[in-house]
Amino acid sequence: MSARIAAPVVMGIVMLVLWEAVVRVAKIPPYVLPGPILVARTLIDDWGMLAPALVVTLEITLEALAAAVIVGGLLAILFSLSRWVELSLFPYAIILQVTPIVAIAPLIIAWANNVDLSLLICAWLVAFFPILSNTILGLRSVDHNLLALFELYSAGRWKTLIHLRLPAALPYFLGGLRISGGLALIGAVVAEFVAGTGGSASGLAYRILEAGYQLRIPRMFAALVLISAAGIAIYLLLSLLSYLLLRRWHESAISPEG
Amino acid sequence: MPLVSVRGVSKTFANGVQALDGISLDIEAGEFLSVLGPSGCGKSTLLRLIAGLAPPSAGAIDWPAGKPDIGFVFQEPTLMPWATALANVALPLKLGGVGRSERDARSAEALGHVGLAGFERTWPRELSGGMKMRVSIARALVTAPRLLLMDEPFAALDEITRHRLNADLLALWERSRFTVVFVTHSVFESVFLSQRIAVMAARPGRIVSDLAVAAPYPRTEAFRTSPDYAAHCRLVSGHLAEAMAA
Ligand SMILES: Nc1ncnc2c1ncn2[C@@H]1O[C@H](COP(=O)(O)OP(=O)(O)O)[C@@H](O)[C@H]1O
Ligand SMILES: [Mg+2]
Repeated sequence: MSARIAAPVVMGIVMLVLWEAVVRVAKIPPYVLPGPILVARTLIDDWGMLAPALVVTLEITLEALAAAVIVGGLLAILFSLSRWVELSLFPYAIILQVTPIVAIAPLIIAWANNVDLSLLICAWLVAFFPILSNTILGLRSVDHNLLALFELYSAGRWKTLIHLRLPAALPYFLGGLRISGGLALIGAVVAEFVAGTGGSASGLAYRILEAGYQLRIPRMFAALVLISAAGIAIYLLLSLLSYLLLRRWHESAISPEG
Repeated sequence: MPLVSVRGVSKTFANGVQALDGISLDIEAGEFLSVLGPSGCGKSTLLRLIAGLAPPSAGAIDWPAGKPDIGFVFQEPTLMPWATALANVALPLKLGGVGRSERDARSAEALGHVGLAGFERTWPRELSGGMKMRVSIARALVTAPRLLLMDEPFAALDEITRHRLNADLLALWERSRFTVVFVTHSVFESVFLSQRIAVMAARPGRIVSDLAVAAPYPRTEAFRTSPDYAAHCRLVSGHLAEAMAA
């Protein structure tokens, strides 16, 4: 436990110190590579401008994730209830998944005619597939003897779904959710870059673009740090959620010492 | 009048495998019947057909007095890992629409009957293999079914645990006298438990002998070492060997 936290922390500190040392010793100018101390100072100095941008990006990310959970989850349930719906729709879900988001983002931005909405759609497009495919897998990974038991007690589709398929699918869904959390953030940032080149966005990616044009490299780094921190925070929160929901029964959440 | 009458039942799967060929078997209410045969001879298929989980390809399964409640125990405990022992046992009642308080009371009682009083709040992963199987039996019995179908329930357990569960199952049966169809591939287990043994042969699955075990109940551990037990085992083994040679 302690090694799992201490090892990466020590590693991080070593890297930061090395980075700062290299920048100072080699006298690298800040517009090429700012040292971590300068980045940290910029983060504090520009907090008034970066914090609202962070909020905008986080909002889009979380909304997209929520939409991915709702649409991905409901579609998965629908697919599990009807083979025909699955056969006719699943190929299109795959097409959406394999189409690069940068390629369709300009179209979506043009069609949606509303920056926030188009960013939301882009982030959602990237995020929903892992939830969909994992949940489908989970809904199908039901012990066939348990299914037979439900049939023996004439449980019907709904009771089988609620009392058997959904609980069995929960670990798979949560695995998909953790992947989707990171993807939603990536989707939001990528879409912002595309929208930002048109000069109409206010999130962190837009601040990076803007700082790039103005050659304010430390601010770019500061915004980048915030995006990474947001990604890590989302991952940790979703892992915690997963642990809390599964710790009583699922192997993935049970510590070896019991 | 038998509880269930299996009449000329055959089962051929979609892939062309014929699992059962012309099975006829009358099962009397309250009797303890073992179905004994080598693996792959269609024992599980027969149980599934009796339970109504699959239709026969030919023949019929008749219930002269109507189809009763059925309990089913699989070779694996088949518990829901996300539910406590009590909630697992309560499942058939929950699916049957029984209210929470009655459900919990009856499930706790059923757990008591299999020797697991006090384990209501335990999770399946915290239980040993034998205890999980006890939970599985409690779940099958919680609706007080008149017919209990068991598919090699103790095959995966160690011998000591298996003997104890054999004895406890007999005690439950002697108290309530539900009908048991007990599938096994163990001659010794079938002789210890049952009043009657249907011996099956494979490819295609068919019943080749129908033997009575006349020894009285209660059957204690002393019965396991008695000459009577040995004689029955020899007889049944002979029929099984014949079935496998056929
Ligand atoms: N769903 C199925 N589809 C095709 N073949 C099956 C199916 N279930 C069982 N079988 C085949 O039927 C035969 C009998 O199987 P089973 O009833 O499980 O035997 P036992 O329980 O005696 O070991 C085997 O050859 C098995 O491969
Ligand atoms: Mg079997």
